[in-house]
Formats: sequence, C-alpha cells, structure tokens
Amino acid sequence: MTMQQTDMATYNFAYLDEQTKRMIRRAILKAIAIPGYQAPFASREMPMPYGWGTGGVQVTAAILGPDDVLKVIDQGADDTTNAVSIRAFFQRVANVAVTTHTKDATVIQTRHRIPEETLRKGQVLVYQVPIPEPLRYLEPRETETRKMHALEEYGLMHVKLYEDIARNGHIATTYAYPVKVEGRYVMDPSPTPKFDNPKMHMSEALQLFGAGREKRIYALPPHTEVVSLDFEDHPFEVQKFDQPCALCGAEGVYLDEVILDDKGGRMFVCSDTDHCEKRREEGHRGPLAAEAPEMHS
Amino acid sequence: MPATQRNAAQAITGGFANPVFEAQAVFRQLMNAMANPGVLHAIETNVAPPAPLTAVAGALAATLFDHDTVIWLGPFIAREEKARSWLAFHTSAPLTDQALDAHFAILADPGHISSFENFAQGTQEYPDRSTTLIVQLPSLQGGPALELTGPGIKDRAVIRPTGLPDAFPALWKANGGKFPRGVDLVLAGPDAIIGLPRTTRVEALANVKEAS
Repeated sequence: MTMQQTDMATYNFAYLDEQTKRMIRRAILKAIAIPGYQAPFASREMPMPYGWGTGGVQVTAAILGPDDVLKVIDQGADDTTNAVSIRAFFQRVANVAVTTHTKDATVIQTRHRIPEETLRKGQVLVYQVPIPEPLRYLEPRETETRKMHALEEYGLMHVKLYEDIARNGHIATTYAYPVKVEGRYVMDPSPTPKFDNPKMHMSEALQLFGAGREKRIYALPPHTEVVSLDFEDHPFEVQKFDQPCALCGAEGVYLDEVILDDKGGRMFVCSDTDHCEKRREEGHRGPLAAEAPEMHS
Repeated sequence: MPATQRNAAQAITGGFANPVFEAQAVFRQLMNAMANPGVLHAIETNVAPPAPLTAVAGALAATLFDHDTVIWLGPFIAREEKARSWLAFHTSAPLTDQALDAHFAILADPGHISSFENFAQGTQEYPDRSTTLIVQLPSLQGGPALELTGPGIKDRAVIRPTGLPDAFPALWKANGGKFPRGVDLVLAGPDAIIGLPRTTRVEALANVKEAS
C-alpha cells in the first residue's frame, strides 16, 4: 500500500476521487438489488472519449482493490487497442496485477464478448455498454421507455423480433439480442454476439454493466435467470460455425473471420485469444496452425 | 477535560485509518453480500464509532454515506448525540427524521420494526430511489432459521440471524410483493454482514417443514 501512495501522488487510487466512487458504488448496489434495471449514475468525464468504455472503466475503478487481478478484453482479444490501453490505464493509476488468463482474473472488463471459459464464483465481469436501453431504437424518448419498463410493457420488442421473421424468415438479430431477467426486466446484454447470451444465464460470476455516455449501470447477480426473447415456433438459437478454429481446432466457440489476401482467402479463428492460445499450448492444432507464427509461452 | 470536549474528541476519532483502501475492502464485501444473499461476508475493521453504533455499521456508513445521502437513524441511535456527531464528522451526511426521505437508515432496535413501508420505496419508474436499511443485530447465528431463495442464491440458503422481529418473514414478503419497488437490507452482525436485496424470498424454516 505504501508503494501506491508514493508512486501515485498525483492520482487517487484507481483514478476516481472517493466521492465519485461512493456514488458509483451506491448505484452498483441498487443495480444488483434490481437485476436488469438500469440505475442512473452521475457518469464522469474520463481521460478517454465516450465510446471507448468509459462506463466499464468507471465501474471497474469503483470496485477495484490492490489485490485484484485484472483482465481486459475487446471482442474477445487481450491484445487490441481498447483492451491494451484500458489495461495500461489501470496498471498506471491502480498498480494492479494484470493477466490475459481468464481463470486467473478476479475482475474482467469486456467489450462485446464473454470469455469461452466458464466464469467461476467470485469473479466479476464488467461490460462496456454503448446503448443500455434495449427499447431505444424502437422508442427514442427516455420518458416513454422508462414507463414501458415500469409497466412491464415489452410488446414492442416482440413486434421487432416478429418483423425480423416476417422479412427474413428467421430472427435476424445477431448481437445485442434482448434478454428477460428473472421474468421481469428486458435488458440489453450490450453488443455481445447472441452466441454469448446463454453464458449469462445462471452464471456463477457477478455481471456488471456500465454505460458512460448514457449514465446507466445495471447488473446480473450470480445464479440469475436470463432468458433470450423468442417465439414458440421460432425458438432462440445461437450462431453455429461449419468449421473449427483454423488455429486451435476448437469447436463450439465464437469465431472471427480473418481476411488473408485479396483473392478471397480467409480463415476463421477463435475470437477469445486467451482460449485459443491455451488450447494451442495444450497441443491442439487447427487446419491452418502450421502457417501461424510460433507460440512463445 | 470538560464533557463537551470529550464528546468532540470521540466524534473525531474512530474513523477509517486508510479511507481509500478500507472503504474499497468494505464495499467489495458488501457488493458480494448483496450479490450472494444468505452468505456471511466478514467485515474486518478498526472503525470504532460511539455506542450504540457498532463497528460494522460504522464501517458501512463510512463506506457509503456522504453529503449526497440523506440518513434516517432508528430511535436508539438518534437519541445519542455522540453517535450523531460521529456520523456527521466522518460522513457529512445530512440526517432526517422522515424515514420516507432516507437513502439509508441505521437501526439498532430491529425488534421494533413493524413495517418497511415507512421507508422510501422508490417509484415504479425509478425503483432504485428506495432506502437501504443497515440493521444492527447482536448475532447472525443462533437465531430462528430462515430459508432464502432468489437471484444470487444457488437453489437455497439458510440464515439464522438473532434479533429480527417474529413477523419479519411476513413483513419481508410484503416488501417483495411490491417489486421492483421496495427496500433492501444489510444485516450487520458483530463481525460480518448478510445482504438481503428486495428480490430475496424469505420463509421461516419451521413453516417450510410443516408445509412439506
């Protein structure tokens, strides 16, 4: 603790001042007490622009302690710009240990993915949320959407999914797929692929959602029912991939398309880089693994 | 030392020695307690507020309260000037005698709770605008068994707090019936807390056995 005090004379621990942390902490407690409800909070200016995860960063800063081990992912990857800069930010302002291994992390901040590895009890998953209101594109007025949540009036959302079916023959929503929490609040899971929706249901980990520009925090306690909206004759389905990960051969995981050349060459690889690296360390090989650079571990 | 000076000294001492890290540690335990109702979460603290405030309640107050939060104190605490002065010095939180206006409440005499409806319930649009009650209890063990179910609980949990009124399960059921409105509770024992968010369903275990 003395190290933090001497190293960071110019910042409070984890950047935010204590009054701001208390305000965010109080919002987190109410969000946990009302799963799926968007609790307003007085979002602060952060040293990064809106849209770069200011909501998630504020939630992480409010809960983070000196003993935490932080992992940050952006679309499943630990090594993309957003993840690298947020990880570096917390190393600098909180001096916390960081990791890329899902199982070693106590706090995982994520942009648009849930790790493939099942999260365990005691872990906290912090989502960066751009638009927290699932009804926003259907009804732009906050006064109206708030009333719709108050009255549990979610017919419009079902109409939207029905129109998907009418136009495309199936529910074409593939990300930010709406869920119902404990049979009460309809919630936006943030723009995660719908592939990840089932992982939210009855998760062992606490899930916190922070929307900085929209000034909302919402939460899913562990062991909470999270059901993706659907119809009896058009049940909810996750994306399926017809080939395994080209590098590690994993099946049943979410894959990203990587363009290889300008002649239509492409490969599909795990979006969760930690999961893919771990599998390759264990000796798993996909069809294109030989062409990938050697792993240094 | 004259009595007034002694009182003033007592109001100033007994706070967090290291506010940033101690508040974070207490908050994490509280967050986990609210996310996992029915599980005891230890609160280790050197906070020493004047009686009848307990160390755990004092630590929660120092973690959560500030000039933005309106506080209501139960009569046993409200009549003690030292306790009020301590909260004023360490949190700056304004006090109210209108429980309906309170963001937080601290009760030292929970046996007298006759209803949770006297506290802020939140509105249907903003159910978060409700009171969080910090309920000081002599012990979180050895009392009548209560079975808990709901979000945050795998299958079921059993707690045995001492000092809640006999009517607590019925009062809590009335609170839960208003969901999403309603109050949230933090049961504060001598060295641990239990979170009871409004979503948690409580049954007296004797009743459960009779029913089955």
